[in-house]
Amino acid sequence: MRKSFFYLPIYALALFLTIGFYDGAEQKNKTAQNSKEDHCVSCHKENDMMPKGFSENDVHRHAELSCSGCHGGDPSSDDESIAMSPSKGYRGVPKKKDIPQFCGKCHSNINIMRVYQPRIATDQVSQFYTSMHGKKLLQGDVNVADCTSCHTAHNILPAKDPRSTVYALNVPPTCNKCHGDKELMKKYNLPSNQLEEYSKSVHGNELLNKKDIGAPACNDCHGNHGAMPPGLTSVSYVCGMCHINNLQYFNATKMARAFEKQDFHGCEQCHGNHGVQKPSDNMVGVGKESICVDCHNEGDKGYATAKSIKISLDKLSDLYNLAETKLNEVHQKGMNEVEISFLLQDAKQDLIQSRTLVHTFDTVKVNSKTKDGVAIASNALAMAEKQINDYYTRRNGFLAATLAFLLLVVALYFKIKDIGKKNS
Amino acid sequence: MLLDRRKFLNVLLGLGTFGGVVAIFYPVFSFLIPPKSAEPKVNSVKAGTASELPTNSSKIVKFGRKPVILIKTEEGQYKALSATCTHLDCIVQYKQDTKQIWCACHNGTYDLNGRNISGPPPKPLEEYEVKIIKDEIVITKLG
Amino acid sequence: MKRIGNKIIDWIDERYDLTPVRKLLKHKKVPSHKYSAWYYMGGVTLFLFLVQLFTGILLLLYYRPGEESAYESVRFIVTEVKFGWLIRNVHSWSANLLVFFAFLHMFSVFFSKAYKKPRELTWVTGFIILVFTLAFGFSGYLLPWNELSFFATKVGTDIVGVIPIIGEPLRNILRGGEDVTGATLSRFFGIHVAILPAIFTMFLSLHLLFIQRQGMHDPEHFKNLPEEKKKYIPFFPDFALKDFLLWLVVFNILIFLALYFPWELGNKADPFASAPKGIRPEWYFMFMFQTLKLLPAHILFIEGELFGVLVFGVAGFIWMMIPYIKIKNKSDWKVQPLTVIGIVVVAFIVIMTILGYIL
Repeated sequence: MRKSFFYLPIYALALFLTIGFYDGAEQKNKTAQNSKEDHCVSCHKENDMMPKGFSENDVHRHAELSCSGCHGGDPSSDDESIAMSPSKGYRGVPKKKDIPQFCGKCHSNINIMRVYQPRIATDQVSQFYTSMHGKKLLQGDVNVADCTSCHTAHNILPAKDPRSTVYALNVPPTCNKCHGDKELMKKYNLPSNQLEEYSKSVHGNELLNKKDIGAPACNDCHGNHGAMPPGLTSVSYVCGMCHINNLQYFNATKMARAFEKQDFHGCEQCHGNHGVQKPSDNMVGVGKESICVDCHNEGDKGYATAKSIKISLDKLSDLYNLAETKLNEVHQKGMNEVEISFLLQDAKQDLIQSRTLVHTFDTVKVNSKTKDGVAIASNALAMAEKQINDYYTRRNGFLAATLAFLLLVVALYFKIKDIGKKNS
Repeated sequence: MLLDRRKFLNVLLGLGTFGGVVAIFYPVFSFLIPPKSAEPKVNSVKAGTASELPTNSSKIVKFGRKPVILIKTEEGQYKALSATCTHLDCIVQYKQDTKQIWCACHNGTYDLNGRNISGPPPKPLEEYEVKIIKDEIVITKLG
Repeated sequence: MKRIGNKIIDWIDERYDLTPVRKLLKHKKVPSHKYSAWYYMGGVTLFLFLVQLFTGILLLLYYRPGEESAYESVRFIVTEVKFGWLIRNVHSWSANLLVFFAFLHMFSVFFSKAYKKPRELTWVTGFIILVFTLAFGFSGYLLPWNELSFFATKVGTDIVGVIPIIGEPLRNILRGGEDVTGATLSRFFGIHVAILPAIFTMFLSLHLLFIQRQGMHDPEHFKNLPEEKKKYIPFFPDFALKDFLLWLVVFNILIFLALYFPWELGNKADPFASAPKGIRPEWYFMFMFQTLKLLPAHILFIEGELFGVLVFGVAGFIWMMIPYIKIKNKSDWKVQPLTVIGIVVVAFIVIMTILGYIL
């Protein structure tokens, strides 16, 4: 018994040492593997010379494309003269003008890119050179954007990654780094208030405040690598990517033709561009806020059309608002609002569609839709009023019942008194 | 004309009793009369007859408070999905040419299984079950 | 009117001999004194129970028990059925008033010591009826299957589970399973509309039979009056009509409450959702709930909750047995010990109920 006790710790110790040795060997192997590629990183880290904004999350780092993957050189050597030797392919830091080619060495070559992402596009550089940024860069302008201006150099993340500088929510601030710089933009005769305008717009509010990445950021209208302001005729098509009905209706009208002749920018002419707001019904018609009267004067056909369309819209809109107020009253009174609310959903659809149909500039089409909506909203209003009436009827009924009971109680009381007197 | 006190009191008592009885039995009898929709629509809704709905067409049906779009495909299959777009709550529609579900507000598209396939909608449309019982289309909640 | 009435009575008399009924009606009398008003409390309680029975049967015509249909059927009743809102709200309000008046009636009987011999069994059956009334309230509360009622039932049945040995099986029998589910709803429905009414009717009949047989209790100060000073009023028609008058007033108040303070529908119960904040039982259980909350986690070696449940159980039993417990009167005390006990009990219930709401 005692003997095994003696030998037990020895066996345990042997076991520990074996495991430890094995583990140590594995670790050494790992570092050996790492040290095969990362003398660049280890040396630069040691000497506190890492590039600004370096991140371990960088997508190239994850794909095991260390420093040498882009800059060349030999990471297996810890001797600077070998590791950073041009004979080993070391390219150093590229000049700004050469950056697109630098990145394009891989990113324009589908044979290289398909290894990492079979479906990735490889036209970024060629697109870039069609953009203002690209053109100016070729001319030697050092103030325009290159690949790293938007994507960063050592913290590149896929656009779908919420941490990326080119993730939908981050695109406006990224573009704004240069386009919001007043001094810089003055050199190109460009405004610098786009982000400010955009933030106040309906799209900016959706994207930046409500975090709805279905809303357009800068690149959705201007393009990514081939970024340009939309051409004169193409503004409508850009808006029409989402607002498709408005585009189709508008393009079929005489107005579209007239706009082209006058060099008007389609949708932008009435709705603005960066600062586009949720449209109000008052933009139509002949009132103070109306846009129609910017061109149309009293007496011309357009003026009459604008007036009649506004009247039609107002009819439905007013009735809908009234019905909605009544619905809230029904709800607040604790009566049944389910059916009414369902009807109002339909009326709302009709109202939205009527507003879209404004872009046909055709009174007949708008009227036919508002007529439908008015019928539904009237029905909803009637139902709401019935519910509210029921609420008061209940109270009146109660009053009547109480009076009947009161009569009975009083009569009974006197009867009891009478009987009491009779008995005594 | 002077009614003597007792008679007057008895008349009042009679009137009061009558009033009281009416006040109680009128509501009770009204309660017993079945209302228009004879029973609560719980988890299923009737949506018309199968033979009346043409193929490759759709209609919007009320399910409680929510709109549901009922589609009869070209192959004669029935699909029922929530009709409220998951982007900004517009009512979707069925497009007979592309045979997809489409939202006119911002051009969002869903396939016939309700999956959001293009445009801003972030989530698919909720699916409902469709049963045909003696030519009557019945839509029920899934699960 | 009177002639037709008399004709009908004569017709029945010929066949069934109404002599004992006539005798009872002629001779039954009720003492009339400073505290006679309390005699009406039992009648009001009975009236409210009858209202419950009537409105309950009406609701039964439309209510559908079951997880998938209970809530919707109640919503159907209050929105689509004509006067459904009235019937449902009267039922809910009458339930609460019934419990209140039952307690009031019980305490008035206690303080006037009407439970003493020969009326011990009237007290015992009455106590049993009170417990059943609370059971009616507890089982009925779950039936609309909304959030509040679901969680109140969960908490309430959890407490049953703390009793050692039999607690958990008992709880599972009540719940129809380990958790509160549709099975619980079915069970509570059966309990509420069949089991409880059947047993309750039995005890109620006994209770009323005893009262008819023995008549109203004469309180102490009345008993000590000289014979000619003792005032009585005949039960029929005087007391009965006064009773009816009070019932009418209570009824009117009931429908006023039903209209101006309607019961909410709430949100449909979701067993997977977390309990809403501030979940608590109905007011008539509040004093027990609050007491359990205030007890420390352990008292000696017994778990706090269990201690509380046991104490309430024992206290209830003692209360039921009051007619058989002799507590001597102390001649030098201004207020007798028994009355003191009663005041303490009332104060405890009232204070605990209030605390349950403000804490």
